[in-house]
Amino acid sequence: MKSVRAAELRLSLPGLLLAALGFLALLAPFMTLAANRIVAGEGLTAWHLAGPDVTLPGLIAIVSGLILGLFAAWPKARLIGATLGLAGIVWLLSQSASPLLEGAGEYARVSPGLGFWCLLAVLMLVMADAITSLSPGPRTRIALLASMLGLLAIVLGTGLLSDLSIMQEYASRKDAFHAAALRHLTLAFGSLASATAIGIPLGILCYHGPRLRKIALPVLSFLQTIPSLAMFGIMIPLLGWVANSYPAAKAMGIAGVGFAPAFLALLLYSLLPVVANMVAGLQSTPEKARDAARGMGMTTWQLLMRVELPLGLPVILAGLRIALVQNIGLAVIAGLIGGGGFGTFVFQGLNQTATDLILLGALPTVALALTAAILMDVLVELTNPTPRKAS
Amino acid sequence: MIEIDKISKTYDGVTAVDEVSMVVDTATITVIVGTSGSGKTTLLRMINRLVEPSSGEVRINGEATHTVAKTSLRRRIGYAIQGHGLFPHYTVARNIGTVPTLLDWSQEKIDTRVDELLDLFSMQPDKFRDRYPAELSGGQQQRVGVARALASRPDLLLMDEPFGALDPIIRAHAQKDLRHIQRTLGSTIMLVTHDMEEAIQLGDRVAVMDAGRLVQYGTPAEIIQQPATEFVAKMAGGVERPLRLLSLYPVSDIIEEGTAEGEPLDANTCLRDALSICLWSGRDVLPVVNEGVPAGRVTLAAIRARAEGPT
Amino acid sequence: MKLAMIFRTALVALLLALVIKPIWFTWAFAPLAPEKGPIIYERASLLSLSLSHLGLVSLASVAATLVAVTLAILVTRPAGAAFLPLSRTITNMGQTFPPVAVLALAVPALGFGTGPTLVALFLYGLLPIFENAITGFSTLPPATMEAARGLGLSRWQRLIRVEIPLALPVILTGIRLSVVIALGTATIGSTVAARTLGEVIIAGLLTHNTAYVLQGGLIVGLFAVLIYDALVQLEAMLVNKYSA
Ligand SMILES: Nc1ncnc2c1ncn2[C@@H]1O[C@H](COP(=O)(O)OP(=O)(O)OP(=O)(O)O)[C@@H](O)[C@H]1O
Ligand SMILES: [Mg+2]
Repeated sequence: MKSVRAAELRLSLPGLLLAALGFLALLAPFMTLAANRIVAGEGLTAWHLAGPDVTLPGLIAIVSGLILGLFAAWPKARLIGATLGLAGIVWLLSQSASPLLEGAGEYARVSPGLGFWCLLAVLMLVMADAITSLSPGPRTRIALLASMLGLLAIVLGTGLLSDLSIMQEYASRKDAFHAAALRHLTLAFGSLASATAIGIPLGILCYHGPRLRKIALPVLSFLQTIPSLAMFGIMIPLLGWVANSYPAAKAMGIAGVGFAPAFLALLLYSLLPVVANMVAGLQSTPEKARDAARGMGMTTWQLLMRVELPLGLPVILAGLRIALVQNIGLAVIAGLIGGGGFGTFVFQGLNQTATDLILLGALPTVALALTAAILMDVLVELTNPTPRKAS
Repeated sequence: MIEIDKISKTYDGVTAVDEVSMVVDTATITVIVGTSGSGKTTLLRMINRLVEPSSGEVRINGEATHTVAKTSLRRRIGYAIQGHGLFPHYTVARNIGTVPTLLDWSQEKIDTRVDELLDLFSMQPDKFRDRYPAELSGGQQQRVGVARALASRPDLLLMDEPFGALDPIIRAHAQKDLRHIQRTLGSTIMLVTHDMEEAIQLGDRVAVMDAGRLVQYGTPAEIIQQPATEFVAKMAGGVERPLRLLSLYPVSDIIEEGTAEGEPLDANTCLRDALSICLWSGRDVLPVVNEGVPAGRVTLAAIRARAEGPT
Repeated sequence: MKLAMIFRTALVALLLALVIKPIWFTWAFAPLAPEKGPIIYERASLLSLSLSHLGLVSLASVAATLVAVTLAILVTRPAGAAFLPLSRTITNMGQTFPPVAVLALAVPALGFGTGPTLVALFLYGLLPIFENAITGFSTLPPATMEAARGLGLSRWQRLIRVEIPLALPVILTGIRLSVVIALGTATIGSTVAARTLGEVIIAGLLTHNTAYVLQGGLIVGLFAVLIYDALVQLEAMLVNKYSA
């Protein structure tokens, strides 16, 4: 009995490290208060944010969350701890923003500080670590992701955080933001769809023709090597004639050379993962199974559709995952050549040294990439052709 | 009847199979045996045209194989290979039903056939139908592989080292099963092995290959008693030949009148085992029973006489 | 093989000429430049920009390699095994962060200039190396490891003489990925005022000077392709050495 309890109380080493980092982060300024959107602000630690009626519940939630994250044997407790901690930091953020702004001047801005970001990272890692050790099935993972996104939507939708400066940036350019989001998604998914439409037949051809494969794959990996800015730039003379058809953000004074070069660049980048994984996926069918299939009188087409494609699907989808996540990130560069998307805000922000604007572009990109990665991972797992492994 | 007529295969100047001709009778097992690289697999795969012959032709019941579309030819011929080649993403039932599906059988008919075959291979349909290959033992995978090859009641079954990966006990079991199934269904089987023991046990006829050539084609007894070449003699077991020969005949062949002391022997026991029992128990005569009824006796001298080679 | 060598030499020569004597290429870029506009980038010498670009990348990559390999060694020892799942999670999640976003997020924390670029390059460069090093150290052939133990090598000797050399090709693949990403991200670094070749491309974009864009793009692209190729050759050499 005693030994069981000792084992249950065993501390998780990563949990210990994360908790230590979390407590250190509590010492850093949790929020900053600035006189206007450009100047650097003054940092405030968590307990200086507001009265104890606000800070105490938040701090208690954070501290108990970090402590719950310590127990190696109870991943569920760690998950709850992480959620509690996240609730704590969101509470502090939402409850202290308006008191801080009161009497701080018309242009005053509050934004999350270093401490907040570090705590957010630490708590997310506690959560990820707990989920890893729970090793939930694909459906549970989807449910977890959906509930996280749902909570985020509630927090943002109810205006809990609307006093924060990043939300004020958002409020003042709602339409532009939505257009950018739409453009970003169009760029990322559209180029992926085209890359898939080209890459899948190309992959099948490469798989059947070693000669084509020996040329196509090196050429595609050569394309991948070209730095993104150079690639986007080189697209411009190639697609110069499409320029100016989209009057998107010209914040950096860059002429709207637009959507087309960005789209094409992303398309070229995503061909390698799509084609290479297509070939690898088709090759993953065991030679004996292929031999047996031919011996049984399957045509090349039947072999492809009934055996090679279903068996290779996880690898093929993994290629799409790489391409999609990469596209979401690279689509930011489109902002530099007037292609629109979240990059517009990032580069506008960099140009004006407006941190909140940078965040307004960067954070949704990161969230989008993470969500896409998790979703695609689940999809890869669901398509595993032999769901039950050897016992 | 399968007629193989002067068939050859050359790979970049290397002859893998060299003008092989043989006739395989319907409802028999023909075993092709030879050392590694002697061209057995190539010969077998030329029959279902997984390898196209460089010259010569194969006729099945008088019809030349190159006049039929490859895929429909293959759907008529069962094919089982070493390491089974099961589709990892198909259940046992779908694996077995592959060719019937390709032939557009009704699902009902396929299901019945699958259960029938599973029963035949002593695997309870309810238990095994919905498993994936990864959930079977090696021996079970092998049996499913053979069942799959038999599914559409092919005219001909080609098997390339189907028992290669099995341990000796399971292997002996599988060989017995195959014999039994072949007798029940009356199938024609061509089987490749590099194990002469297996060839002698299983084959109605044995074809010995060496460096792409067919060096001897005959009954197991002929192979052992009148090896055509030094090579065949060596393959046939060298000094072990008498024992191999004895393993071909049952005790019932040399039964004589009379009685003997000690534990009786079944009339179906092979002479090789009878000899073993004589030597082990130090007896010169053994009593024989046929289905439990005393049937006479067998003597060590008679066994010896059967083991003598040509003089 | 020979053809590849000739091709490689030609590319190196082209790159050197583009960097040292850009004037030679005036004729090629002239049609792309705006009328009466400058053709060859002259606000800073292309050579010094290249050196600064490569210096930034090498510094970040060397630091990332040292840290990532050390961390990978630590988490693949029995004592550090508890951190292995967390490390995997961090690398998986971290690599979904777009490099540009990492760079952009470094600015609010560190301000403009070379600093944030260096930090972003370093942080982002850690991940592929760390991931590959973990793979390398945790997929060593068990028979070899058993033999090394059987021969009586100490832990330290096993690490230095067996594990690191055997894992090296995989680690090098990680370094290659990391360097290629760093070269690209450094280019974008010029938007946060780091001195890199991206400056030329950005200047071209700002002044609608396609000649600049192409010049910068060509030089950066050639650097990336040649460095990538050199690292591939290095890996192939190592793999050959071990399999021989
Ligand atoms: N596709 C091929 N291309 C070139 N040579 C081949 C090919 N297939 C077989 N060979 C050669 O033909 C010869 C006969 O090969 P085959 O596979 O028929 O031998 P085998 O008797 O089945 O041997 P094993 O018992 O090892 O399976 C060998 O020398 C082999 O190297
Ligand atoms: Mg063979």
